[in-house]
Amino acid sequence: MIDEDFTKSLLQKHSYLTQQDSVDWVTFECVPEKLLSFVESLRDTEGFEILVDLTAIDHGEGADFRYSTVIHLYSLVQRGYLRIHSTCTDNDKPEMPSVSSIYPAANWHERETFDMFGIHFSDHPNLKRILMWDEYPHFPLRKDFPLAGIDTPLPADDVVEVTQASVEPAPMMGGPFVSSNSGSMSDSEPRAKDESWTEKKEKPV
Amino acid sequence: MGFACFKRLVRNKHMHMTASDVAYNGKVEGDVVVTRADAVINWIRQHSVWPMPMGLACCAIELMASAASRYDISRFGMEVMRFSPRQSDCMIVAGTVTYKMAEVVRRIYDQMGDPKWVVAMGACASTGGMYRSYSVMQGVDNIVPVDVYVSGCPPRPEALLDAMMKLQDKIGNESSVRNLRKTSAGAVK
Repeated sequence: MIDEDFTKSLLQKHSYLTQQDSVDWVTFECVPEKLLSFVESLRDTEGFEILVDLTAIDHGEGADFRYSTVIHLYSLVQRGYLRIHSTCTDNDKPEMPSVSSIYPAANWHERETFDMFGIHFSDHPNLKRILMWDEYPHFPLRKDFPLAGIDTPLPADDVVEVTQASVEPAPMMGGPFVSSNSGSMSDSEPRAKDESWTEKKEKPV
Repeated sequence: MGFACFKRLVRNKHMHMTASDVAYNGKVEGDVVVTRADAVINWIRQHSVWPMPMGLACCAIELMASAASRYDISRFGMEVMRFSPRQSDCMIVAGTVTYKMAEVVRRIYDQMGDPKWVVAMGACASTGGMYRSYSVMQGVDNIVPVDVYVSGCPPRPEALLDAMMKLQDKIGNESSVRNLRKTSAGAVK
């Protein structure tokens, strides 16, 4: 069972861990260098057999440490989840050790995280894009990436030659689907937002 | 004038079909049918559309429903869905076309033999639909020429059948012989 005793014993066993505030499951902050050994010990000695999710957070351009990764583990023995949060130390080339050698399920999760956030997972067996095409130059889930997208050429030259098609920013104005469900109507309307047609904030070229 | 002859052709055709022998019936020798080549060619094409189900999202479920017994697309002579572009002449783009998939859609379209038609089924294939997003092409007409657009998210099978009947009307009005000459001369791709 994941209770206070369990949390304390983990904190004692692994001195580099710090506990983070969390409203649901126990959350640890783990330094990237120790992530592999910590996760492996969780699997082998604490019974966390299942990697439920692996993703990342972009804390925004102003943050000291912009990127961090989050791992959710589940234990069928303990009947509960554990969350491990690790911060990437380099903002320009964020890097994190790959846990795919411990949990094979992490393989595609890490590829997706790389695809969307541009976080490099060292020693990953096949770190290439999984959703966007290989030549795509941007990382769409980063905070500075506009939802509408950025002008980009399509990958197939022969198709582009015939069709003249390319990736164009999607129109956002007036669509029935893009509006927040809180606040006054004049603020939640799609046209009230800082989006591709009212660019107040500078977007990457 | 042409249409009247066409009607006669249809009537005569049924006469023959009800007869026991499918081959030329000597008893009606002398019953000469006068018509236009366009009318005959279009009539044949119109009633033997071979759709290629380009199912990319939930619209494909409605496409399958329209092929099943309740809605029964075979009433219109187009139930032979082929999953090979080489064996089909009408691509039904049913679903969200992402930029990554756009290349594939175009290649499959290129592999279909002429003459060929495209139906954009549903909001996503027509305009990008609810996906105002970096990853979704805002309408399949960016890469292939679309003949009929179907509204709906997803469209009901009746809407697709209506679109296919519209396509039949469109095929019926084509200048097939002229197009044939153009294509053989290499003037039109």
